[in-house]
Amino acid sequence: MEQKTKIHAEEGKQELLITREFDLPLELLFKAYAEAAIVEQWMGTKVLKLENKKHGSYQFETTDPKGNKHGFNGVIHEFVPNRKITRTFEMEHTPFDVQLEFLEFEKLTDDTSKLNMQVVYKSVALRDKMLQLPFAQGINMAHNRLEDIIKKLK
Amino acid sequence: MNLRRDVFQAIADPTRRAILLLVASQSMTAGAIAANFDTARPTVSKHLQILTECELLKQEQNGREISYHTNAKKMKEVADFIEPFRKMWDDRFNKLETIMKKYKTKK
Repeated sequence: MEQKTKIHAEEGKQELLITREFDLPLELLFKAYAEAAIVEQWMGTKVLKLENKKHGSYQFETTDPKGNKHGFNGVIHEFVPNRKITRTFEMEHTPFDVQLEFLEFEKLTDDTSKLNMQVVYKSVALRDKMLQLPFAQGINMAHNRLEDIIKKLK
Repeated sequence: MNLRRDVFQAIADPTRRAILLLVASQSMTAGAIAANFDTARPTVSKHLQILTECELLKQEQNGREISYHTNAKKMKEVADFIEPFRKMWDDRFNKLETIMKKYKTKK
């Protein structure tokens, strides 16, 4: 079966693309990003603040199994209902620099929609660290072929 | 064992990936592997050395010949590497989908 969520990370680029098609009308997909109570459910995080507007900001907090709290925050640069969210994302108290996220929401049919998420990191090295994937080059082809071979080995 | 080589650094090179694909189906001698590439023999030997150092390939002595085969365990680790990241997003999005489907029927 084809994978629903795809990650595309080109070698030497400080960005990655995450795409996903949903069995949901565009409006519902967007709602899942816009309403704090729903974000809490699917992201598994507490939403401390979510201001859906230009120059608004958001703050999330998750608690890991050991009970430690982790903060995430960012600023919203663009908020166009059912179309687009541009925002920054930062993990607090980590050595990782802030990243820039472009979320584009697309209607496919009345009942299906697509999310394109472009994430830009401060450097190529940082992206690779985030992905833990320094061999991103040729990922689709080489990776799939490797996977096929490995399946046969098992 | 030499650990100065990083397995992902090893696999970042297209020739080395090609070698892994080649050797995956059958064990081969260095000469047989080199015959598949236009690259000079010493270059191929260097690639084999790197792949062996990071344990993606295993050497086997057959009389005077040394043959190479892939180390299935290590290969699996590499192939699975991006998977946790993708899986994390996939799980999240699946959850989103489930929640919103319920939301739809509630209305």
